[in-house]
Amino acid sequence: MNETKKRLDVIGKPRRRVDGRAKVTGQLRFADDLALPRMLHAKLLRSPHPHAIVESVDAEKARRHPGVKLVLTGQDFPVPFGIMPVSVDEYPLARERVRYVGDPVAAVIASDEQSAVEALALIEVRYKALRPVCGPQDGLEHPEPRIHDYGEQGNIHRNQAYEFGDVDEALRNADFVAEDLFFYEGNTHLPMEQQASLAFLDQDGKLQISSSTQNPHYLHRQLSRVLQVPESRIRVVATPNGGGFGGKCDPGGHEFVVSKAALVLGRPVKIGLTREEVFYVHRGRHPVLMKMKTGVTKEGKLTGMHLQTLLDGGGYGSHGPASTFYTGVLTPVTYHYPRFKFEACRVFTNKPACGPKRGHGTPQPRFGQEVQLDKIAERLGMDPLELRLKNLTKAGDLTASWLRVGSTGLEDCLRKVAEISDWKGKRGKLPQGRGVGLACSTYMSGAGVAIYWNKMPHSGVQVLLDRSGTVVVYCGATEIGQGSDDVLAAIVAETLGVDTGSVRVVTGDTGITPVDLGSYSSRVTIMAGNAAVQAAERLRASLAAAVCETLGTLPDRVVFSQGKVFAADNTGAGMSFVEAVTMAEAQLGTLSAVGSYSPPKPPGRYKGAGVGPSPAYSFSACVVEAEVDERTGWIHVPKIWMAHDIGRALNPVLARGQVIGGVYMGLSEALMEEQSFRRLPEKLSGALVHRAPSMLDYKSLTALDMPEVEVALIEDPDPNCPYGAKEVGQGPLLPVMPALANAIFDAVGVRIDEIPITPDKVLRALEAKAEGKAPRVGPDSYPSVPYPEPTFVLPPWEGGDGNESRKGGEKRAAAAVV
Amino acid sequence: MLRLPWFEYRSPRSVAEAVKILAGEGPQAMLVAGGTDLLPNMKRRHQSPKVLVSLRAVDELRKLNGSYGAGLTLAEVVAHPGTPGALRHAAAQVATAQIRNMGTLGGNLCLDTRCTYYNQTEEWRKAIDYCLKKDGSVCWVATASKRCVAVSSTDTAPALIALDAKVTLVGPGGEREIPVESLYNNDGIDYLSRKPDEVLSAIVIPSSWKSVYWKLRRRGSFDFPLLGVAAALKMDGDVVADARIALGAVASRPFRIEKAGEFLKGKRLTDEVIAEAATLVANRAKPMDNTDMDLYWRKEVADDFAGYALKELRGDDMGAIRLRTARYLPG
Amino acid sequence: MAAIPERVHLTMQVNGEAAPVSFAPYKTLLEVLREDLGLTGTKHGCELGECGACTVLVDGQPVLSCLALALECGGRAIETIEGVQRGPELHPLQAAFADCGGSQCGYCTPGVIMTAKALLARNPAPTRDEIREATAGNLCRCTGYQQITEAIESAATLLRAERT
Repeated sequence: MNETKKRLDVIGKPRRRVDGRAKVTGQLRFADDLALPRMLHAKLLRSPHPHAIVESVDAEKARRHPGVKLVLTGQDFPVPFGIMPVSVDEYPLARERVRYVGDPVAAVIASDEQSAVEALALIEVRYKALRPVCGPQDGLEHPEPRIHDYGEQGNIHRNQAYEFGDVDEALRNADFVAEDLFFYEGNTHLPMEQQASLAFLDQDGKLQISSSTQNPHYLHRQLSRVLQVPESRIRVVATPNGGGFGGKCDPGGHEFVVSKAALVLGRPVKIGLTREEVFYVHRGRHPVLMKMKTGVTKEGKLTGMHLQTLLDGGGYGSHGPASTFYTGVLTPVTYHYPRFKFEACRVFTNKPACGPKRGHGTPQPRFGQEVQLDKIAERLGMDPLELRLKNLTKAGDLTASWLRVGSTGLEDCLRKVAEISDWKGKRGKLPQGRGVGLACSTYMSGAGVAIYWNKMPHSGVQVLLDRSGTVVVYCGATEIGQGSDDVLAAIVAETLGVDTGSVRVVTGDTGITPVDLGSYSSRVTIMAGNAAVQAAERLRASLAAAVCETLGTLPDRVVFSQGKVFAADNTGAGMSFVEAVTMAEAQLGTLSAVGSYSPPKPPGRYKGAGVGPSPAYSFSACVVEAEVDERTGWIHVPKIWMAHDIGRALNPVLARGQVIGGVYMGLSEALMEEQSFRRLPEKLSGALVHRAPSMLDYKSLTALDMPEVEVALIEDPDPNCPYGAKEVGQGPLLPVMPALANAIFDAVGVRIDEIPITPDKVLRALEAKAEGKAPRVGPDSYPSVPYPEPTFVLPPWEGGDGNESRKGGEKRAAAAVV
Repeated sequence: MLRLPWFEYRSPRSVAEAVKILAGEGPQAMLVAGGTDLLPNMKRRHQSPKVLVSLRAVDELRKLNGSYGAGLTLAEVVAHPGTPGALRHAAAQVATAQIRNMGTLGGNLCLDTRCTYYNQTEEWRKAIDYCLKKDGSVCWVATASKRCVAVSSTDTAPALIALDAKVTLVGPGGEREIPVESLYNNDGIDYLSRKPDEVLSAIVIPSSWKSVYWKLRRRGSFDFPLLGVAAALKMDGDVVADARIALGAVASRPFRIEKAGEFLKGKRLTDEVIAEAATLVANRAKPMDNTDMDLYWRKEVADDFAGYALKELRGDDMGAIRLRTARYLPG
Repeated sequence: MAAIPERVHLTMQVNGEAAPVSFAPYKTLLEVLREDLGLTGTKHGCELGECGACTVLVDGQPVLSCLALALECGGRAIETIEGVQRGPELHPLQAAFADCGGSQCGYCTPGVIMTAKALLARNPAPTRDEIREATAGNLCRCTGYQQITEAIESAATLLRAERT
């Protein structure tokens, strides 16, 4: 960073986002807004069976239907895909097997959508139904029939265990051990925009697809693989996403179908999914059952945790291998656990595949952890705030599991949220039926390791300048509503000392932008941002070198600010930015620079240490106030306070919007969102269907249900981040659910140990309380899961070196990360 | 994009003309007014009428003089200063503002019964081999049931039953006027006593009742009722002279609870009297597992909602509870 | 029974101009706006009346274009997001949404702005509760609604200032 310039002109100032105008005028073109001459329309035929063998597909009648141009089936797609190299288990159209109701089986491409729909009904598919696996317990109890012929065993997809120090010993040495069971129901992203894609052959005969994808780069690779077309002959344009939240990270069957159809027919082919289909594409929050044992001393110090999780994976791998890790790995980042053990098992079931949703895998254990801490504080007679403050990790700490904490503002967050919510004045002091609850969380600013193993940068940015003074920023990052275009524009504008109006951002286009891995894991601000800083600084250095003589100063004394270029020690003299560019272009030729970013190597060296590390973690602390009607169990949330350690807010309007939006989604999950399924009576039916694949029946909060949110941004710039900015897109969602559960306890003294928290559960717990039973609703048993022998790693403070070692014995050989 | 099936569109200018078209086309024709109930159903292929008879151009259905034209939008009903409490509360809480600008009072009265096994797309219903209400042979809510138990989800009907309102039906043989309660059968399929060639043209509401409507729903908008309690009273000083209480969304029809009305007559609205009346009301609520939220819980809170309605009629300030539950405050 | 015509022709008033259009008779106003008139600013999230994304104004009233038969829109005044702008300038509502964070992904934005426009036409000084009530038929998954409410409040202030 330029030492001579401390004041910031763009960063940190509230500002209209660069894509704001397009969004409010209706000019922004989402994928389904695109149309081309001679465009055809595709529709997918989906399986009505949760689990069946596809015996035959007869599409002859459909092919003869008026308007139909092409029918594709599983036979047209011999190559499978999968976002993770260890789970390539999905075909664009099912070949021999369907694995959930909604699994695509065939596609019709016709002159109009109506004709395509009519033709779908003419396709005859013969299925042989198999026993459906309805949930993870069912899958453990019924290893046969297997949903996939790969995986750990039976219907277990992933099964893993890690132990950092002897946890049994840590629990034995505690004054008491809190043991709790929690359940977190699955839910889905419900982006307002239904996925859509338009594929066509460009003037050179190359395939182009415009699609609502969060990850054009991964889609690009998968298209090449499945279609057997070189990547250089495919261009993926990520259209602005009408909301992503993780739901548009995986490649979707529909994207391969329109691409294939465009290749076969040579005409543009579009598909727009219906809302119901979006529920089937899913890849949302895994339902997770959890068992959590935590050792505590009388003084309230945590001695260790043993966490077990069981995930309902759905019918395909998706991001599941990562999700499975995430139900454990970030748990020890907020508080210091001297020892930590986690075991996680993901089971295949005959439902739409689960995957990454905002917070990916971590909201579930965070819910359990933060509710359990509340119970521990109660048992110790301690303010839950004090208990948390007593156990916080510190900046620069390593966790028992070898994650580097980096900067942390969690203590500031806690103190701030307690202050603005009047925590001390409210906790335990509000009238009966009203209460407050507190919870904390953390999230990664980008995953430390790419989804596929490679040594290349995670993000690349090219900045192009010309004599017009226009700055063009090229980056593969995808604008999904979170403001990534604005982040890039702000960073480049700040670095070059211009305003964002002079910056044009071109993103998410594999045909013209440098590779960025995509909009997931809150990685764009830090990774694309750091790459943008590097590119812009290189350009600035070129400009400075070109103009310093004229300015009579040294290159590193040239200041770029507010469209001016001048010498630090002679601010009166100087030139406009355009003049500087002109001078530099004359001296150096066409001006351009690239920047790239790779995250630092994580400290852990054991196999599996690649999931969880991040260059920087954000932290959040949340207080929820709740009112509970003791006669009906009805829950009303009047207000929520959120303090978020963001490092620095690049654009405070957007940062605040991300926080409030995260709180909204968290509260909506906490109170009502459920991706749940119905198994019809076994004697009469084999059906296993989504209960509510519609926006009416899948409940999400409306404007009238959403309380006021008071936001405090804690800003202490992180040295690993561009202008110090950490993530804000996911973190603030995470503490809302446990804070609500804790508020309900403060209000009426009952524990709801599962999400969502609904009035009927509260009323049931209140009735139990009145009858003198345990005032709790939640899971009451944990099944026997055949977890493997844990990978044992000594914590840093017990002499470990980050490699696997034998419990109490010598080390084993180091292994690569996943 | 979900699209409508093909249909032939007819746009009569009068009720008589509409009746004539219905009579001529038979069951392949269906009436449409606001379209907010029928069009989603057509998109999901619950109904695929060959002929759609639109009532939009029938001006006589939009009159508001003494009686309420069935073609008035719900927003117009809410805005009308003379609309009695229960009807205003009910109409104001239907779905969303946009839908209230489109949907009509007549349409809400004729709302198709609903069920989580029925209000799904054609593809979804195929996955359960359909159900009794449409194309199937089993009621998945109650597999032993010979009768479809889809739930009546109209908000305005219980309000109008409590208000002792009548509807006018016009058919080929002329007009008939029946109490709103008689418009309904307790059958999820054959839920209306309106004949296929009749047009529901108007609603007549006596003005002498003081009335309220309380709606249980998950969210502050969009949602159909999980329970609707309508209560209407005539008071003689602080003594109840007459009382009518009706429930919606707990059976295939909205219905009146005569017992509760009789019980209240001649009594003062003390807490005890309200509690006992509320129990009488709640005893008749038999929700099924075919809509949102836990059915046992819906049953359990029925007396609370009946109590809210009666307390509000007593003059208690129930605004805070209204705002916390249905997020609606009568203006 | 009369044969169903393959296409119908009629003229709507769209954003103040006569818009003659020909379309398949099963199409809703949403489909005709987007597919036959090229006005893709109006979005769709469910096509069943369950989200509000397709809200447009018909004769000044916010309605769901996904549930309006296009063939009933002949002669009616339709206003879509494309008609809101004032020449090259943004309408105060549009400016406020862009400036106050009222639009994140932008997908629900056209529908909410149309709803808000009708609200401010009938109530130039709505309270926050009235704004929430009016916009409760428009789902948004990004903002948590707060900055939408703030944007509408801010636009109302601007519009009132314009009038005086």
